[in-house]
Amino acid sequence: MYRLEEIKRAAQGMWSLIAGLNITGKYFLQPNVTIHYPRQEVDNLATFRGHIELIPEDGDPLTPRCISCGTCAKACPSGCITVTKQKAPAPTPEEVEQGIKPKAPKDPETFRLDFTLCSLCGQCVMSCPADAIKFSQNINIAGYSRQDFYFDLVARLRSRLPKHINKAE
Amino acid sequence: MIDPQLLRILIALVGILGFVALNALALVYAERKIAGHVQRRPGPYEVGPHGILQPLADALKLMGKQLTTPRDADPVIFWLAPILCFMPVALCILPIPFGPNLIALDLNLGMVLILAFAGLGVLSICLAGWGSNNKWGLLGAARAVAQNVAYEIPLLLAVLSVAFMTGSLNLATITEGQGTWPWQWNVLLNPLGFIIYFICALAETNRAPFDLPEAESELTAGFHTEYSGMGFGLFFMAEYANMIVACSVATVLFLGGWNGPFAPGWWWFLLKMYALIFLIIQIRWTYPRVRFDQLLNLCWRWLVPLALLNLVYVTIIVKL
Ligand code: SF4
Ligand code: SF4
Repeated sequence: MYRLEEIKRAAQGMWSLIAGLNITGKYFLQPNVTIHYPRQEVDNLATFRGHIELIPEDGDPLTPRCISCGTCAKACPSGCITVTKQKAPAPTPEEVEQGIKPKAPKDPETFRLDFTLCSLCGQCVMSCPADAIKFSQNINIAGYSRQDFYFDLVARLRSRLPKHINKAE
Repeated sequence: MIDPQLLRILIALVGILGFVALNALALVYAERKIAGHVQRRPGPYEVGPHGILQPLADALKLMGKQLTTPRDADPVIFWLAPILCFMPVALCILPIPFGPNLIALDLNLGMVLILAFAGLGVLSICLAGWGSNNKWGLLGAARAVAQNVAYEIPLLLAVLSVAFMTGSLNLATITEGQGTWPWQWNVLLNPLGFIIYFICALAETNRAPFDLPEAESELTAGFHTEYSGMGFGLFFMAEYANMIVACSVATVLFLGGWNGPFAPGWWWFLLKMYALIFLIIQIRWTYPRVRFDQLLNLCWRWLVPLALLNLVYVTIIVKL
């Protein structure tokens, strides 16, 4: 009885081998599902998580929406964000006369990201009260040294400006 | 005055070496393309149109690499092994009849010659593993020996069943013994023999799913772990040349050799041979590697008894 059982199993095994060949044979004839990367790109880049970047204010592409509150730096499990606030400008003569102390602008002086430590977890994006951070869609990021991945996101936002203006036109 | 037979063999050897080298290039490309398309990706694509020059680039790379001998390895054995692996394969192709008159060496015992020299392949793998003074190499070599010794037996029994039917070990005679039409070929008269031969040929050529001597996941690269450049290249060529030998023999023994409806000739032979090679490649990209106990179980508990039963069956149909 045991032998018969084993022979039956072997026959099933043989059949499964043929089924396997059938599947790979079919796949062989079907079109490719991959793309030729440097010449083509996938169409779902919107879901890609690149390094984080600052979102500018509506209507003012120079200034980030960020209010330098530091919540993101606290939320980041890898400790890779450092936000420094701007100092208040020196009071003008009129302000001195009127005894008003000038307010420091809200947006940060620098927003440092150490991308070598970032795990792209998204805690900073979720925690930001001003919705000022998003993931970039920069898929081709590469560098020659570790220092290439220490970003100042404020400077980065400004440096990308001309492109923005071009796009707007 | 040079003996014409000697001259013929020399010319044939040169031709065979060229054929084997060209085939190795073509088959590497075919293998990678088929692997790609089975996994629904394009395979090599960048070098030349559709990557057609990729094998040439690979070959150049292999030839340009430095040959290193590992410390404490036995240099004589270490470098003898790849040469010993490749040379017998060329001899194995000598007695194969590609066409009615396209045969380098018409031997009465051609099949025996092939089997004898195919056996040398194991020796070279054994030497390679032993000589490289590397644990992966040694384990791969041990596996190769256990596997090849085991599978030689059902392989021989399957070949024997064909020899019973034809009454000859001459490959040309065996081809002529089969008719023009597919139903006159041995594969339909003796299907079990063909299946057993084919499985054993996979194991003998160390092709997946029986590529245990070079199982990457466990043994890095098995017996050729330590080989660089053309040392590895020779093993690589020998693997593809072995596939050609195994498929050619299968074509002669079971698929009617050069016989075929409409214009028999070497094209039928090549067509059948390449169809078998395609199947072997597809098998590699379909089945997972077997475990070692499964491999030996399959051989001793299934293939050997079945091959013996098949012999009985063949003697009965020969008698009838
Ligand atoms: S994605 Fe995560 S790890 Fe990266 S900066 Fe934001 S909070 Fe830190
Ligand atoms: S990015 Fe958002 S959370 Fe971080 S400092 Fe600016 S406003 Fe605060």
